[in-house]
Amino acid sequence: MIDIRAVISIIIYILFTPMISSLISGIDRKVTARMQGRKGPKIMQPWYDLLKLFSKEAAVVNRIQKILIIAHFVFALGSGVILFGGGDLLLMLFSLTMAEVFLILASYSVNAAYSEIGAQRELLQMMSYEPMMLLCAVGFYLTTGSFYVSDIIRTSFAPIVTMPGFFIGFWFILIIKFRKSPFDLSTSHHAHQELIKGLTGDLSGRLYGFYELAELYEKVMMLAMVGLFFLYDNPVSIIYAVIAVGAVMFSMSLIDNIFPRVKWELLLKYSYIVTLFAGGANLLILSLFL
Amino acid sequence: MTCLAFLILFPFCIAALLYFMKTDSLIRTILVLIGAVSEMAATVLFAFTNMSDPAISQGIAYLDRTHEIDRVIAAGELLLMLLVFSQAVRFRKYYVMILSALGTLPILYMDFFGGAESTAMHIRIDELTVIMVLIVGIVGSLICIYATGYIKDYHIHHTEVKDRSGYFLAMLFVFLGAMMGLVTSDNLSWMYFFWEITSVCSFLLIGYSGTGEAVTNSFRALWMNLLGGLGFMIAILFCSTILRVSCISELQYFSTYPIMVMLPVSLLSFAALTKSAQMPFSSWLLGAMVAPTPTSALLHSATMVKAGVYLLIRLSPLMRASYAGIMVTAVGGFTFFAASLLAIGASDGKKVLAYSTVSNLGLITAAAGCGTHEAVWAGIMLLIFHAVTKSMMFMSVGVFENTTHSRDIEDMQGMIVRFPRLAFIMITGIFGMSLVPLGMCVAKWAALRAFVDSGCVYLTMFLCFGSASTLFYWIKWLGKIFMVPKGCAREDDKVGLTGWVAMYPLSVTVIVLCTLYPMVSRFMVAPLLSVMFGVSDITLIGNSDFIIMGIMVVCICLLPLIMRMVNRPDDRQVSSYMSGFNTGDDMSFFDSTGDRKEQELSNWYMSDLFGEKKIFKPCVILSASFVIIMITLCTIGGLLI
Repeated sequence: MIDIRAVISIIIYILFTPMISSLISGIDRKVTARMQGRKGPKIMQPWYDLLKLFSKEAAVVNRIQKILIIAHFVFALGSGVILFGGGDLLLMLFSLTMAEVFLILASYSVNAAYSEIGAQRELLQMMSYEPMMLLCAVGFYLTTGSFYVSDIIRTSFAPIVTMPGFFIGFWFILIIKFRKSPFDLSTSHHAHQELIKGLTGDLSGRLYGFYELAELYEKVMMLAMVGLFFLYDNPVSIIYAVIAVGAVMFSMSLIDNIFPRVKWELLLKYSYIVTLFAGGANLLILSLFL
Repeated sequence: MTCLAFLILFPFCIAALLYFMKTDSLIRTILVLIGAVSEMAATVLFAFTNMSDPAISQGIAYLDRTHEIDRVIAAGELLLMLLVFSQAVRFRKYYVMILSALGTLPILYMDFFGGAESTAMHIRIDELTVIMVLIVGIVGSLICIYATGYIKDYHIHHTEVKDRSGYFLAMLFVFLGAMMGLVTSDNLSWMYFFWEITSVCSFLLIGYSGTGEAVTNSFRALWMNLLGGLGFMIAILFCSTILRVSCISELQYFSTYPIMVMLPVSLLSFAALTKSAQMPFSSWLLGAMVAPTPTSALLHSATMVKAGVYLLIRLSPLMRASYAGIMVTAVGGFTFFAASLLAIGASDGKKVLAYSTVSNLGLITAAAGCGTHEAVWAGIMLLIFHAVTKSMMFMSVGVFENTTHSRDIEDMQGMIVRFPRLAFIMITGIFGMSLVPLGMCVAKWAALRAFVDSGCVYLTMFLCFGSASTLFYWIKWLGKIFMVPKGCAREDDKVGLTGWVAMYPLSVTVIVLCTLYPMVSRFMVAPLLSVMFGVSDITLIGNSDFIIMGIMVVCICLLPLIMRMVNRPDDRQVSSYMSGFNTGDDMSFFDSTGDRKEQELSNWYMSDLFGEKKIFKPCVILSASFVIIMITLCTIGGLLI
């Protein structure tokens, strides 16, 4: 019953994600710096930041905050486990939603202006990317006949062939998910955010470390979703997937540097238009021909 | 059979007694308790005896010769019409007289002269009936218990409203009896009689407070439901004169050639759409919130609106790929999405709940209209989960209103500290309505799979967009509950014994149901669907998913426990971050000029985008014109054939 390969990939995911994800973030920061003509931080800087955060004391505003952040971390990790264990895509998305909800509640519980606005913007971001996420899962189901990741990676062709629209839509919401510039409303990696740190404004020390760690796990999860568009039952496809992930990451850095932050109305509008026309049209074509 | 007669008639007896006990007294409370508990016991007994009967899967039918009872029902219909007439004259709303007369007189004419003397059975019990009886019997009775305590508090706070609490409680019991009759009747005229009782009853309950707004809203509810009743009546006439059919189960014989019954099915679905407050008719349910909260709890969860979707689920095998089915799915899917957007713009707790009901009913409607066994599975599950969760939500908002004199979500700030027990109920409710391991979301998940499998693209889109906006309005409410302003302390909630007796069992049910629903599916829904659609195997959600969800449930249930354990005081507590210098109480700050500024936080309503003023009317116009076109098409098509 228990698939040994699933267990191994889950263990690898849990153990090595923080390192790998930090590395990816480090490269991202380096590339961004080079685009801006700066030298940029060390490639493993996010990893050192994380280690330092965990060595610091957490100062909390109230006690509920702490438990909600831990719950956020557990559910974010859990959704990755579902994904890498070959589980149901929809269940993984629902679990991820749960994780987001706990994060938002943690920010709400502080009862401070910046945190609360951040939390509500995060909710809005969720509302913007949720339809496309669900549609992607539907697209995989229509293409491969299963919602299970373990079945999706065993198809005879790369799912991207039949779902280019879904891929465009997914790529678009990744900008929101990775908190990249035009859409980093709730909290940002940049110093010029008008909400200071918004969503995470009242997190500190170890507790903030847990949030960062969860972000790292989520990032790998999202990139794995990108890979899912390219994987099929040929081992060579792993190379395609890695190239695709690299290209997507590069495009994220590029967009982050090109576009200024937009207002929330535009975020909602753009993401719904892309979902409707890229995702919806692809869905229509898929269900007509399959 | 005796048990069934008890289920239907006993609430009417209790109602008659209550009607004469005008003022609040211990005896009255005890009477309500006895009534509700016996009704619940009878419900459980009814469910056990019928479920253990192997004949249930084909439906157990009773009563073939019912001449005397038919006469009683005819008299009852006449009485209802006269009641509507008297109210119409009293409030000078004469147009409802026309609707009522049009809906009643042709049926009476048919009863006395002509019309097929039916040899078919009048009562039929299958698994769907048992599920509905359980919902009505248990959830409905709990609401009655809750109402005794609530209405006492209500009259303490609303001294301007005349105390007619005996009448109020009586109406709640009439409602239960009528619903029991409705879900067990197979004969269309009988069903119609009970259908009209619920319409009139809800009208009387909504108008309880007697204020101008209440009267306006109650008449709106009345005319919309009477209009639906009119559709029901025409369907009955068509069935009995042209098709020579008097029972809803006999309509199933046409399932191989559904075009024959397209007209009655579309008219019956039209009636169901009005009753379930689907889009052009949503305003009556939203207006219903002026009534005391037990009314809303009853209308929204166990009775009334559920009658509509119950009828749709009954008709679902006939809807597949027919115009009626297209009408129902499109209206349902659209309502699900539109109502979830409208809910974002509302800050009144009861209004958000009302929109959420409309929205969820839309999903059930769409599932029924889809007409595949998977979709109907999801629809029935949604119906069960929704009834349990929504009644509990309404009760908790009602208690909150009695305690703080406000039902605005903005005032629910810090509930988790101020009223921890009430917050527990609300949090369970909101989790149950929107997040995955608990009920509603699982059923939505199944609905998504069913819609995808049925190849219905626009439903899939509606569901994806609608569930995102659903999440938005629930989570911002949840956020308010979790907000902890510094220095807020526990306060006394005025829930009272009857409140807890009603709410705790429901909250436990919400949690238990999400682990027990595979049993419900296996023993009740699957056999039902195998008869309705001729398929035996329904696996929408796999076993491994179920295990993972079990783990998630455990995680969430452990959360409050861990909360207690990690409440060590060793974490350094600090003030929250503000733009200026925090004065130390987390509620105000010194700004750049050194002035003290109060901080006021409010949720996001986006009323410029999705406000009621902005999109309600366009939605109504759009859906109304669609319904009119579809009904016309069905009528023309049905008459040609």
